[in-house]
Amino acid sequence: MATKSKMIGNRKLKVGGRKSSAFRFPPSAAPRFLAKPTFFKATMAIVQKDLAAEFRSRELLSAMLVFSMLVILIFNFALELDIKVRQSVTAGVLWTTFAFAGTLGLNRSMAVEKDRGCLDGLLLAPVDRSAIFFGKAISNLAFMLIVEAIVLPLYALLYNEVRIFQPAFLGVILLGSIGYIAVGTLLSAMSVQTRTRDVLLPILLFPVAIPVLLASVKASGGLLNNATFAEILTPLNLLIVYDVIFIAVAFMVFDFVVEE
Amino acid sequence: MQSKPIVLSILDVVSIIVLGVAAYLALVFAPTELVMGDVQRVFYFHVGTAWVGLLGFILAAIAGIAYLTTKDMKWDRFEVAAVEVSTMFFFITIVLGSIWARPVWNTWWTWDPRLTTAAVTELIYIAYFMLRQGIEDPEKRARFGAVYTLLGGLSAPITFMVIRLFRTIHPVVIGSQSAEAQGGFSMTTDMRTAFFFSLFAFTIIFIDLIWHRIRLGRLQDKVEELKLNLSL
Repeated sequence: MATKSKMIGNRKLKVGGRKSSAFRFPPSAAPRFLAKPTFFKATMAIVQKDLAAEFRSRELLSAMLVFSMLVILIFNFALELDIKVRQSVTAGVLWTTFAFAGTLGLNRSMAVEKDRGCLDGLLLAPVDRSAIFFGKAISNLAFMLIVEAIVLPLYALLYNEVRIFQPAFLGVILLGSIGYIAVGTLLSAMSVQTRTRDVLLPILLFPVAIPVLLASVKASGGLLNNATFAEILTPLNLLIVYDVIFIAVAFMVFDFVVEE
Repeated sequence: MQSKPIVLSILDVVSIIVLGVAAYLALVFAPTELVMGDVQRVFYFHVGTAWVGLLGFILAAIAGIAYLTTKDMKWDRFEVAAVEVSTMFFFITIVLGSIWARPVWNTWWTWDPRLTTAAVTELIYIAYFMLRQGIEDPEKRARFGAVYTLLGGLSAPITFMVIRLFRTIHPVVIGSQSAEAQGGFSMTTDMRTAFFFSLFAFTIIFIDLIWHRIRLGRLQDKVEELKLNLSL
């Protein structure tokens, strides 16, 4: 509900206030505060809206967190995570957990927009549409990072894995999450508009996101097993390349995904 | 109702002929490989189908970009045709590869970069069909399809590079000298003839099938249109 009231508030402000006034004034004479919001401002407004709505309802974060813990619990018994196994599979278990929890969050965050017609409201706003993409992507990333920030210490606590608290490892987690969320946000905007909706997102997302998941597993697994920097440089480079390419592509094609 | 173009009919006949000749060259004409024996003959069709499979995916990504820039439905029909035909050819490649791998690698399947990339690519394009199925509006279906082929076309090469970090046993026959231990071999002149002819043959068959599929797509659209007119 929080989303809705806020959105309507925003829309009223923009349609009633800013746009019609801009018609009355010639552009040069328009007062400064009536000008089209900057790209950065628009992006941040969406992030703010998403975070505010989430911190009031806590629907998404709690679901993602509980789900992550359940996945780790299942892995614990499925893989018999004793000390020897953990050496080799910690990175894989963590990334699988994040990937699954991530789809849950991505689905929900876009479904909320679609269900209550908020997406149309956002699209009506006189801002660059890629600002909407970046806004959604940043808030999705924030949710994923919050989940990771809670799951990682818990995992460390449960399995006595203090090795995961090295800056390089956390850096890899961040890079991996960025790539995953960039392509995930784009695809979730697509999948909510289809008939099969939430079922479709993982099917669309996982094959395309495989490079980012594998490179992250390779790099973070290497870090946990005390690999030298030269050894993890290649997966790290590929991770950065993936992030850059897919942020750029998502930025370019997002317009085509949301246009009606 | 447009009738079947005469060039297409000729191409059909040519396709069947070149397929027959390619089969003859691969199964009879080419010499038997020394170490692997007759199973190596799979190689000619394996590479032939893989080539057109990849070609189709690249063409589909290009058609996707063309659709997004021009919004012309003909690019969408071309894209669907390319993905559909290539998915099938790629599947044949994987099956043929497995048949070869069983005696040579002693396993049907292994998580080698090329095999994994092939599997992932295949999954991307299966997801592509599921995506299209879930959308009723043809214009939106075309748009989403184009965006997805673009993403798939970009992600597949990176997948390949990433998995390469893990390990590889797939032989590199073209342009490699040290592949013998993995089931590679060097080609004789007759093998080369069979090899290049099968590449040529599958390219012809590929063009023929795509043409048919585009024609089918056009007819489908027409049927939709007529149905719509009837119901009005």
